[in-house]
Amino acid sequence: MIRIKDATARLVLLPCDGACGDSAAAPVGENLVVAAVSATAILAPGQAARVEEVGYVEAPIRAFAIATVFWGIVGFLAGVVIALQLAFPLLNLDLEWTTFGRLRPVHTSAVIFAFGGNALIGTSLFIVQRTCRARLFGGNDAGWFLFWGYQFFIVMAALGYVLGITQSKEYAEPEWYVDLWLTVVWVAYLIVYGGTIVRREEPHIYVANWFYLAFIITIAMLHIGNNISVPVSLGSSASYSAPAGVQGAMIQWWYGHNAVGFFLTAGFLGMMYYFIPKQADRPIYSYRLSIVHFWTLIFLYIWAGPHHLHYTALPDWAQTLGMVFSVILWMPSWGGMINGLMTLSGAWDKLRTNAALRFSVVAVGFYAMATFEGPLMSIKAVNGLSHYTDWTIGHVHSGALGWNGFITFGALYYLFPVLWKKKALWSEKLVAWHFWLATLGIVLYISAMWVSGIMQGLMWRAYDELGFLQYSFVETVEAMHPYYVIRTLGGVLYLTGALLMAFNLWKTVTVGEAIEPEHATVPAHAVAAE
Amino acid sequence: MPTKIEKDAVTGQETTGHEWDGVKELNNPLPKWWLWTFYATIVFGVAWMVIYPSLPGWKGSSGWVAREAVVADVAAAQAANAPMMARLREATPAQIAADPELRAFALAGGRVAFANNCAACHGAGGQGAVGGFPALVDDDWLWGGSLDAIEATIRHGIRTAEDADARNSAMPRFGLDGMLTNNQIGDVAEFVLWMTGRATHAAETERGRVIYAEQCAACHGATGEGNRELGVPRLSDQVWLYGSTKQDVMAMVRNPRMGVMPAWQGRLDPAVINMLTVYVHALGGGE
Repeated sequence: MIRIKDATARLVLLPCDGACGDSAAAPVGENLVVAAVSATAILAPGQAARVEEVGYVEAPIRAFAIATVFWGIVGFLAGVVIALQLAFPLLNLDLEWTTFGRLRPVHTSAVIFAFGGNALIGTSLFIVQRTCRARLFGGNDAGWFLFWGYQFFIVMAALGYVLGITQSKEYAEPEWYVDLWLTVVWVAYLIVYGGTIVRREEPHIYVANWFYLAFIITIAMLHIGNNISVPVSLGSSASYSAPAGVQGAMIQWWYGHNAVGFFLTAGFLGMMYYFIPKQADRPIYSYRLSIVHFWTLIFLYIWAGPHHLHYTALPDWAQTLGMVFSVILWMPSWGGMINGLMTLSGAWDKLRTNAALRFSVVAVGFYAMATFEGPLMSIKAVNGLSHYTDWTIGHVHSGALGWNGFITFGALYYLFPVLWKKKALWSEKLVAWHFWLATLGIVLYISAMWVSGIMQGLMWRAYDELGFLQYSFVETVEAMHPYYVIRTLGGVLYLTGALLMAFNLWKTVTVGEAIEPEHATVPAHAVAAE
Repeated sequence: MPTKIEKDAVTGQETTGHEWDGVKELNNPLPKWWLWTFYATIVFGVAWMVIYPSLPGWKGSSGWVAREAVVADVAAAQAANAPMMARLREATPAQIAADPELRAFALAGGRVAFANNCAACHGAGGQGAVGGFPALVDDDWLWGGSLDAIEATIRHGIRTAEDADARNSAMPRFGLDGMLTNNQIGDVAEFVLWMTGRATHAAETERGRVIYAEQCAACHGATGEGNRELGVPRLSDQVWLYGSTKQDVMAMVRNPRMGVMPAWQGRLDPAVINMLTVYVHALGGGE
């Protein structure tokens, strides 16, 4: 790789009129075009003061952004459908493909892996290039491989669920052939991401990239660790899990809990560490806190899985360890909350005018709430009440809807104008509508689940004065019905907000006012090396 | 690269001098409350690990074991009810029903036992369900509604191979085994409807009357009153196990369905069977 070290000569100015580095029309061979154009377009060094995004890979990131919106709506819709099925079982339709058991993983995978995954990969590729001032390793082709490879994984997984092909591990339902494919895509992702960091032009690696890198590496490890299995035969979609019994359960929840820890927490913290300072236009509150909370979070999270198996056949010592690490995890989690919220000091007024920032900040609030509730629920005495009840569902959704959803919405509202070179969003008012609808939806959802979950737990353990159980199981189910209806209503509000967002973003792309074409620059090594 | 430490105008805090895509960092120290809370959770964690089993081989200073704790809890609950359960085990259902203290206890325990074992078929309130699940809240009993009859049914079950004393009987498959033609089945069904005043064809009814007398009356009785000795349903009332339309009746004559109930002896404590007996008897139709 040839690197031109002189600061001014490194910057090559490009006229951006369709032949820009990232033109979607010419993914193959576009580097040659860039090189050819740049060779004739070296302008006065003084104009090359700033590196603009022109040299960065953007077309696949635009695709990731669109896919995030699309899968988000699919996932939310699936959630509303299964919430309705719980309230009104008739809606299972008496067809094997539409029963709750098959649609539930469609919902969870669609929101976590399709919506969340596309958001994480898309934003990480966007952020890593900018904060490293380096073009994506592997260029456009690598970006497109990641995009289509990942979409193929999602569709294969979802098809399997509906057809009843599952290895019955929560959040790891896809069978061996889908797992193998995801491994290929994920390793490519690690190479592309790591390669970009290696070729960075900044002396330090920005904190967002630490979190993204931790997410990518750990998910690779978890995915492989939890999916070791032997296919029944090469022509069979079914497989035998390598570990069995309580060992299998332990590995499954080591995976399951760290899917939450590294996919839904670390990855999304990476997102937060870029978009909140950008939207608020303020420096990150504390560099030291980001170092300490990063390493403590990474170290502690990986041990916390056994709290999913309290009061089971898992040995007592492992349960205690899971609980203790979960409790100690409280402050490392809150370090991210402090850095997110305190970054706004001096910019709180922006919440009044910037609805997208409101999403990002409220997301941090929900993050703080969920990461307090988590350690609380990991305490065995509390878990004895909460486990197997709707309280867990409420906890997961305050994290998923409030934290992951809102931080992604904030990022999307920031990204769309930037990626499509628009001056602003089509409608700030619609963003505000989205915000309030979604917030109300979350409040309805989680309060309904808190009430129904705690009620359920208390009913299960209620004894009458003669020492007999007070309620039968079916009576607890009956008592939860009204809360299931409220939960569905919350989901409908959340989905409605997302539809408003899709419309708003669509309008932004199609009729939004474009930024005046400017002369822009590309890092020279991206040209020189390729 | 430039590492230029600046002073933030808003907070007066210095930056670290790093910058990425316009994002800078302030050089704030760790918040004190954060750090001390973090230390406190670590102290809590270490203490907890000393007290409870927390490493392979470390049993914890308290000696607490989850399995033993559950066993002790269950034993304590059983001990608390043991005197009462012993009395319930020894008494007959009739004696329990006559003793206010025992009866109150049996009704409370019977309600829970019913909800957990019986409600799946007989309904949460004993209301039954169409499809062969008899209601227990009415006085229309198949095998008898006295305390003794109910107890025998619960204890031994109905048409189940798991208990030699299970209640047993079978209705012939008049259609499937070619004992009656389709037309004859229609006629006899018309006559069965006539018993509850719902017949519409006089000629069919009359032909059915003859067939009924020959084929059905031996078990169901000349006037359709049924027979509790054999668990034969009464046909002259409005209670129908498998539906009341002519099609439903014809289907039952053609290829009868007969209810099966598990034997609960061996599954449930004799005291619980006694409680269930008293509870079911008290649902509304006890004799």
